[in-house]
Amino acid sequence: MTNMQTATVPAATLSEDADWQDVCAIDDVLPGTGAAALLDGQQIAVIRTRDGRLAALSNFDPFSNAFVIARGIVGDRGGVPKIASPIYKQSFSLETGECLDDASVRLTVFPVRTAAGRIQVSLRAKVAE
Amino acid sequence: MSKNYFESPKPRLVIVGNGMVGHRFIEAAAERGLFSKFEAVVLSEEKRLAYDRVNLSKWFDGKTDADLSLVTEGQYEALGLEVVRGDAAELLDRNARTLTLASGRVLPYDELILATGSYPFVPPIPGKDRPGCFVYRTIDDLEAIKAAAASATGAAVIGGGLLGLEAAKALLSLELDTHVIEFASRLMPLQVDEVGAAVLRSRIEELGVHVHVNTTTREILTDETGAVNGLLLADGSRISVEMVVFSAGIRPRDKLARESGLNLGGRGGIAIDGACRTSDARIFAIGECAEYDGRTYGLVAPGYRMAEVAAATLAGETMAFDGFDMSTKLKLLGVDVGSFGDAFGVTPGARVISIFDGASSQYKKLVVSADKQTLLGGVLVGDASAYSQLLVHTQTGMKLPEHPEDLILPPREGGAKGFGVDALPDAAMICSCNNVDKGAICGAIREQKLTALGQVKTCTKAGTSCGSCVSLVDQLLKLELKRSGVVVTNHLCEHFPFSRQELAHLVRVQTIRSFDDLIERHGKGEGCEVCKPAVASILASTWNDYVLKSEHAGLQDTNDRYLGNIQRDGTYSVVPRLAGGEVTPDQLITLGAVAKKYGLYTKITGGQRVDMFGARLDQLPHIWRELVAAGFESGHAYGKALRTVKSCVGSTWCRYGVQDSVGAAIRIENRYKGLRAPHKLKGAVSGCARECAEAQSKDFGVIATEKGYNLYVCGNGGMKPQHAALFASDIDEETLVRYLDRFLMFYVRTADRLQRTASWLNNLEGGLEYLKSVVIEDKLGICTELEEDMNRIVGTYQCEWKTTIENPEKVRAFRAFLNSDEPDPSLSFVREREQHRPASWPEKRSLVEARKIRLPVLSA
Ligand code: SRM
Ligand SMILES: Cc1cc2nc3c(=O)[nH]c(=O)nc-3n(C[C@H](O)[C@H](O)[C@H](O)COP(=O)(O)OP(=O)(O)OC[C@H]3O[C@@H](n4cnc5c(N)ncnc54)[C@H](O)[C@@H]3O)c2cc1C
Ligand code: SF4
Ligand code: FES
Repeated sequence: MTNMQTATVPAATLSEDADWQDVCAIDDVLPGTGAAALLDGQQIAVIRTRDGRLAALSNFDPFSNAFVIARGIVGDRGGVPKIASPIYKQSFSLETGECLDDASVRLTVFPVRTAAGRIQVSLRAKVAE
Repeated sequence: MSKNYFESPKPRLVIVGNGMVGHRFIEAAAERGLFSKFEAVVLSEEKRLAYDRVNLSKWFDGKTDADLSLVTEGQYEALGLEVVRGDAAELLDRNARTLTLASGRVLPYDELILATGSYPFVPPIPGKDRPGCFVYRTIDDLEAIKAAAASATGAAVIGGGLLGLEAAKALLSLELDTHVIEFASRLMPLQVDEVGAAVLRSRIEELGVHVHVNTTTREILTDETGAVNGLLLADGSRISVEMVVFSAGIRPRDKLARESGLNLGGRGGIAIDGACRTSDARIFAIGECAEYDGRTYGLVAPGYRMAEVAAATLAGETMAFDGFDMSTKLKLLGVDVGSFGDAFGVTPGARVISIFDGASSQYKKLVVSADKQTLLGGVLVGDASAYSQLLVHTQTGMKLPEHPEDLILPPREGGAKGFGVDALPDAAMICSCNNVDKGAICGAIREQKLTALGQVKTCTKAGTSCGSCVSLVDQLLKLELKRSGVVVTNHLCEHFPFSRQELAHLVRVQTIRSFDDLIERHGKGEGCEVCKPAVASILASTWNDYVLKSEHAGLQDTNDRYLGNIQRDGTYSVVPRLAGGEVTPDQLITLGAVAKKYGLYTKITGGQRVDMFGARLDQLPHIWRELVAAGFESGHAYGKALRTVKSCVGSTWCRYGVQDSVGAAIRIENRYKGLRAPHKLKGAVSGCARECAEAQSKDFGVIATEKGYNLYVCGNGGMKPQHAALFASDIDEETLVRYLDRFLMFYVRTADRLQRTASWLNNLEGGLEYLKSVVIEDKLGICTELEEDMNRIVGTYQCEWKTTIENPEKVRAFRAFLNSDEPDPSLSFVREREQHRPASWPEKRSLVEARKIRLPVLSA
């Protein structure tokens, strides 16, 4: 399964065990960009593709040991939606968190959804691929 | 099955020890049919038969006993060998020619092979035998360590050598807070020199291992139950750990030999000759327990060689062991380490060439002969991919290239003017971060039929670190593809089947003003970090919109998106424009005050201005509000745009100056400031031929003459320095500006992405002459158009920072978090030379943990 939710998925179809935390209004994240959120002291990169899909990944870039993923450029490689770290430019799949340039590295991905025009993320349920 | 040896017609061969070398001996002996000549017994003290000790640590990565075992099911039995497990030879009686085992059994022999290996040396530290103390040699040891780790939180390895670091890795993988204690002044003192060890250390500390060098353990502390609960170091400091693993070196297991009066080496080990015979002709010693010519060998390869020699000797062949090269290449905690030949440069007259790249923590050292003709040895840390290549040099005594440093340094100027990558020698290092030379890259492209830059990066690792070599790698790819007859597409990326030049054209003629519109009409997909910034640059240099306009924001590389250069820790740098490098005392005072107020690290740049580092995202707008209020503008240090126009002081003060170079530099910089280009642009103006502004190393350089100015174009410093070419002589300032307008616009329209003017010219059909014909003679009849374009850009200039701080909605985008106004809590700094620097990862880790910030879960 993928963690990417189109902006219109009704809350009902999402895993029950997830307890959702409010992040921001959808429009606070411009299409084709990412921005960071701080949830329970954990930094999450909230990403919105140009076609409106959302993803939430760990904001930590293991290649530079800096919390910067959200500030990367959003795009796709061979159709796989991804974000490129702004520091050394490695790409990470928005669906699995896997580093597309080094399969041994993977970022944690979190479920994300929109409800009533707001973006919500769950830290509890990690997304299984 | 028990046999009665006293009636055995065949001579008896007993092999003591079934480790890696003992096993190799059996295989070598089998190949020579010795087991039909001998009645043979093999003794294994361990309950397991021979296994791969070299890869012992893989046991922690899930390798099973079976995976590690070297002996296949029934292999020994098939040879007619009697196998005795879990029993050790205790006593050797050379007169009676018998061995007495721990079980009491007595084994007679005619020929005896001692392959007893080594035992880990445990220094006599009080508490060393307490529960919680371990060694790291056998699978049993690992089982014990794993069991204990379950209930422990911290562990210390005593000894920072090769094995110690392997043990540390294992402990780390058991999620223990791991310390390494080394009494020498550095890690791996036997293989690596000071600098190499320092690099290794920083890499290892980044993984969270605490390294303590130059110290010994005074005592192992225990709790009331007698179990280990800490270490007391020589300096009196304490470390709390529940486990201690000793890895303080190994000692040859020569007890049997010693007690039976065989000759031993000075520092222990059973003395052998070139045939691996001990002082008793019937007894051979091989592997780590053996001592040849004053030394013992802690590596498997020499042991294997001895096994071959002993078997050959027994079979009546002549084969000799004459020492062994101790060169090693290993990955320790994921860090490549190579040490070969005369690593410490002890050879008389030896010269040392070394490079130390702090940024990618790599260290490379070559030890060359006095005449610089041959390579004697070296040390590689951080990346050892050149190891084999260099080892070959060392072993073959091959003649070194004219400049041996080329083997480890970025390539020097190809000599050839207007140099292209094909001019480079194969040994030229293209990617210094990852130590990949031209030969390797071209080889990979040819052999693995690579066609895309991405593939080349993945296969060769070139370009995957700092990125500064990527354009070179790309040129090599294009070159190879051309050679192999493949049609080279210079498509921007998978999303646009057009070159940057073609896209720039489309944007202009179809008045396309947004990425969405462009990819809608001419591309496909989401876009990526290649096409988005490239298109942003095209749009900017065509329409000159505000770069952070909502539809453009997402296209910008983080530097442009936040109008500052991102630094290694995710903070940004602030570089206000100081046109021509001129700065008033009051401006300096303002800069100082702002830097002080926001605690920014300051330094003078190589571009004649001041750079202030370490600004948090959320601080940027506040800092710039103050700078703009004081009359400063963005210096575009972050943009692929005009950076600086350096100047020398010129005729106003300099006794030799013939023109006001400072004035000219300021006018030129202010005209082109903010101009977005395929890559950054740099200029300079010198007041006379002495050229103090280094104009000939710039994209455009101006040198004052008695009659006016000489214009030089397409120079480059940086990775591949190239002198600028003389373009026009003795022109007045008006003509100068006209030529510059045309030249710059033509470059902006036609260059590839990230192509500096130098490589643009080198790849321009017709070269300099063609460029002159277009810009000076207007061959293409586009000069008016080019000038109009430039005038529009100049006319619509805005200071991006001024626009940004005046727009509250844009300022919001600089908050660290969507859901809080808190600054990024993970940032931390360390004082250094009266200023501060970003905390290194280990430093940061502790700070971060102290502040109860959850570190990310990384599933590797
Ligand atoms: C700050 C400075 C070093 C310093 O402390 O002096 C510097 C810093 C950086 N340089 Fe530079 N360069 C600086 C002067 C230079 C110079 C000297 C000069 O401009 O006279 C050169 C050689 C001249 C030239 O460019 O031809 C130079 C050649 C490079 C290169 C190699 C360019 C090339 O064509 O090979 C890069 C890598 C790149 O741009 O792709 C680079 C890239 C960088 C980056 C932007 C790397 C990065 O992406 O983080 C550094 C960050 C700047 C920042 O503010 O955070 N810097 N860099 C200098 C800023 C000058 C300024 O005031 O704007
Ligand atoms: C963790 C680790 C990592 C290593 N990494 C590398 C590496 O990367 N590269 C490298 O080249 N080398 C490495 N080594 C060293 C390499 O494993 C040894 O050089 C090699 O195993 C030596 O083989 P050996 O047969 O001489 O000794 P061993 O493999 O130790 O075998 C000796 C055997 O004899 C048995 N024995 C001893 N005395 C008696 C007795 N009286 N009666 C019966 N049996 C007895 C012992 O129990 C043991 O099983 C590593 C070693 C360790 C522990
Ligand atoms: S400032 Fe320039 S030369 Fe120095 S490390 Fe950064 S990029 Fe390299
Ligand atoms: S030189 Fe740094 S990545 Fe190649």
